[in-house]
Amino acid sequence: MTLTLETTDLKVRLRLTDDWFTVCDLSTLLPGRGVAALLPDGRQVAVFADRSGRLYAIDNRDPFTGAAVLSRGLTGTHQGRPFVASPLLKQRFDLESGQCLDDETVRVTAYEVKAA
Amino acid sequence: MSTDTPTIVLVGHGMVGQRFLEALAERGLTATHRVVVLCEEPRPAYDRVQLTSYFSGKTPEDLSMTDLAFIEAHGIELHVGDPAETVDRAAREVTARSGLVVGYDVLVLATGSYPFVPPVPNKDAEGCFVYRTIEDLLAIEEYARRSTTGAVVGGGLLGLEAAGALKGLGLNTHIVEFAPRLMPVQVDEGGGAALLRTIEDMGLSVHTGVGTQEIVTDDAGAVTGMKLSDGSELATDLVVFSAGVRPRDQLARACGLDVGERGGVAVDEQCRTVTDPHVFAIGECALAADGRVYGLVAPGYEQAATVAATIAEDEAAFTGADLSTKLKLLGVDVASFGDAHGTAGDCLDVVYSDSRAGLYKKLVIGRDGTLLGGILVGDAEAYGTLRAFTGSVPPVAPESLVLPAGAGAPAQLGPSALPDDAVVCSCHNVTKGTIRAAVTDHRCTTVPEVKKCTKAGTGCGSCVKVLGQLVNAELEASGVEVDKGLCACFSQTREELYEIVLALRVTSYRELLDRHGRETARGGDGCEVCKPAVGSIIASLAPTIGAGTHVLDGEQAALQDTNDHFLANLQKNGSYSVVPRIPGGEIAPEKLIVIGEIARDFNLYTKITGGQRIDMFGARVEQLPLIWARLVDAGFESGHAYGKSLRTVKSCVGQTWCRYGVQDSVRMAIDLELRYRGLRSPHKLKSAVSGCQRECAEAQSKDFGVIATANGWNLYVGGNGGATPRHADLLAQDLSDAELVRLIDRFLMFYIRTADRLERTSVWLDRIPGGLDHVRDVVVHDSLGICDELEALMAAHVSHYRDEWAEAIGDPEKLARFVSFVNAPDTPDPVVAFVPERDQIKPDLPLLNIGLRPADDILEGTATR
Repeated sequence: MTLTLETTDLKVRLRLTDDWFTVCDLSTLLPGRGVAALLPDGRQVAVFADRSGRLYAIDNRDPFTGAAVLSRGLTGTHQGRPFVASPLLKQRFDLESGQCLDDETVRVTAYEVKAA
Repeated sequence: MSTDTPTIVLVGHGMVGQRFLEALAERGLTATHRVVVLCEEPRPAYDRVQLTSYFSGKTPEDLSMTDLAFIEAHGIELHVGDPAETVDRAAREVTARSGLVVGYDVLVLATGSYPFVPPVPNKDAEGCFVYRTIEDLLAIEEYARRSTTGAVVGGGLLGLEAAGALKGLGLNTHIVEFAPRLMPVQVDEGGGAALLRTIEDMGLSVHTGVGTQEIVTDDAGAVTGMKLSDGSELATDLVVFSAGVRPRDQLARACGLDVGERGGVAVDEQCRTVTDPHVFAIGECALAADGRVYGLVAPGYEQAATVAATIAEDEAAFTGADLSTKLKLLGVDVASFGDAHGTAGDCLDVVYSDSRAGLYKKLVIGRDGTLLGGILVGDAEAYGTLRAFTGSVPPVAPESLVLPAGAGAPAQLGPSALPDDAVVCSCHNVTKGTIRAAVTDHRCTTVPEVKKCTKAGTGCGSCVKVLGQLVNAELEASGVEVDKGLCACFSQTREELYEIVLALRVTSYRELLDRHGRETARGGDGCEVCKPAVGSIIASLAPTIGAGTHVLDGEQAALQDTNDHFLANLQKNGSYSVVPRIPGGEIAPEKLIVIGEIARDFNLYTKITGGQRIDMFGARVEQLPLIWARLVDAGFESGHAYGKSLRTVKSCVGQTWCRYGVQDSVRMAIDLELRYRGLRSPHKLKSAVSGCQRECAEAQSKDFGVIATANGWNLYVGGNGGATPRHADLLAQDLSDAELVRLIDRFLMFYIRTADRLERTSVWLDRIPGGLDHVRDVVVHDSLGICDELEALMAAHVSHYRDEWAEAIGDPEKLARFVSFVNAPDTPDPVVAFVPERDQIKPDLPLLNIGLRPADDILEGTATR
């Protein structure tokens, strides 16, 4: 894994159990478009910024297909809450809780994320 | 036995049992009677017809049909998980498993049926299931996690549902049917053949004409396979028996009630048992007065209503029922209605069959022209209307009812042609008049409201489409506005948004949303519906309104669906496919070799597409720029296979080589493909040019198709293949090259301007007021005076076209997005892996379920990592 980042800008950091894991420069995030990041234990995370600059992070694996693609979905707002729609079969997931909006029995992990 | 309040005991709380309770309540009988329900399953009545939808994400709660408030409000004593065990008819008492004893004045048996399991050795082995209850589904789902292959015994209606469920669970699925065809009860030989082809195309293996002889198990007693009657053995981890159902009449037998020879509690026309006037039987456990056991929900509902009426001392009788069914099995429409097999004497068949498209439609017509019944496979659009016309002489010729739209005289026989007494929902026996009244008298404005008000559409759901059309027609007739907005963010249609973007030169989605979106959506992030739609409008108009001309420019990048975002087609395991443009399907050997070399070097799976070009599958995100650098270098450009835009213009070799050709179809196809490449539109656009009337390029199945004549070109529009084939309509004849191009320019721009999101030209042409004649008036005769504008818009597109991929690989900012991981751009996504098949690769799908497997098992899908 290569971690080549500039040090001047704000970083997107993800809360793992004990500490904050640096994902990328904040400036890499395009509002409304996710990026995928690899965690030290092999899990994948999809990180998003909305148009107001708020950050979100959920597991990158689409539970309906198994493919690691949620970072490539389109985001939006549903009844005031941010969501991403899976690019494969279009199920939507709440970006804050990871809850699937189209199937209440399905939820993906949501991570705490901040810019610092 | 009760003394003052008479008691009704219902044994069984399935769909029919619940309907019976509702019928009691409607007649006020719950107020005058004590009602006790004994239910075996751990949950109250649920929608067994929609059982399979559990696998597409419905929860058991979604499937529930029981409103507990209803049960409570009517004082019904519902005991779930407590089946009736004995009936003492002399004492008029029922004893439940819990020991509960209830006296009755009226006993209603609605015990349903049980799945028939053929008596083959090891039928109870671990891994053998039936398909009847939610509990069965949960068990199958659990077991399938450890399985790779599943087999369904029985290719009837439920068998195909079960097979669909197994396939959905990721199993290699086999169907074993004893009869020589699938769905032997509902469809005839021709329908069975159409069904078979479509189902095999989906990757299911079908074995017809063979029986199951034995289930093979391992030492631990778990299923490993099955022996078939033709001597072969099928390896499978899981078996689902779905070989029909039998009435559950044990309780009735045990208390001495008469049952039929082949099972079923014998009842008269009031559904009263022939043995005991205090006992009734309804639904799948009853042998009706006409000597049949009905396995469908609609007749059961009618029986439930009959018993409630009889208890209320009203006149009612159940004398038999229609066995019409419409289902979507594995995505294939299958319907049969009325006398589907033509058993009446002296009847005639009208058959339309297109094996290529998996279509089969048969109508059974009486001598006097009465529609007696029919079978529809592959396209059951007309089911609702046809069923309602059954028993009468339809107002148009029968053949026009089965021909596909566009062939011969189109039959515009929508629901508006139905009389008010036509039954639209046969599950709940709701007429068109009742539905209209729900809108006009009860002020229902949506389909869900009408469903709640009339119960129409709440049974099998096959009439919901007709319901929607009726509701909209009725609303429009009474002047009520229907919300035709694009989505929850915009109240405008796509066409209206197009006009706003063009007139106000809006180049930003956010600006459009904040100024023209619905109040509640302004300032938000939009949604996955309007973002790509607006992105497409802006891209179509980019040069004219002054927006960036690359779909990945600035904010536009965040509007694109994932295919457009990575300029490639996302496949099921998260890899992408790559399609370079091959205009007209003409390619020089040197370029073919380049494609071959690239596919070989990156170990891509290659396949020739229907659009005369080559698709390369299995590329990882981070490989896309490397692959395209080589393609661009060799002179290729984007084929836009990922976009809602022009795909290909197919051609035959034409006059140059062919003895019959009358024009140079290849040159025209190349010219057209290069002219319209990159044009963003509401949906994909396909085209073809044939060099003579023999039509080898299949131009009449395209959005715009061109056929050569001795005098020039004929232009056809609105054709489509796919699920709803439509032959294109002739727009203009004997055009010169310049006239042809001008008309196509206008036609495409008029379509882009007025179509709905994801509306192909075929649907658009049928939807817009005035249809083909109106389009011809506008684009040929310039009736709206907009042709100059349409041509100018197209000219701007043509002159501003640049290859998206050539620009992307020259732009570091855009390229930076083509990485697997933002923090590890060189590490490939570990779940994108491939396994060998027929000398190429295919996605390693089990990997998606388990997450990771040891590295040495994986066939690496990449040479340049």
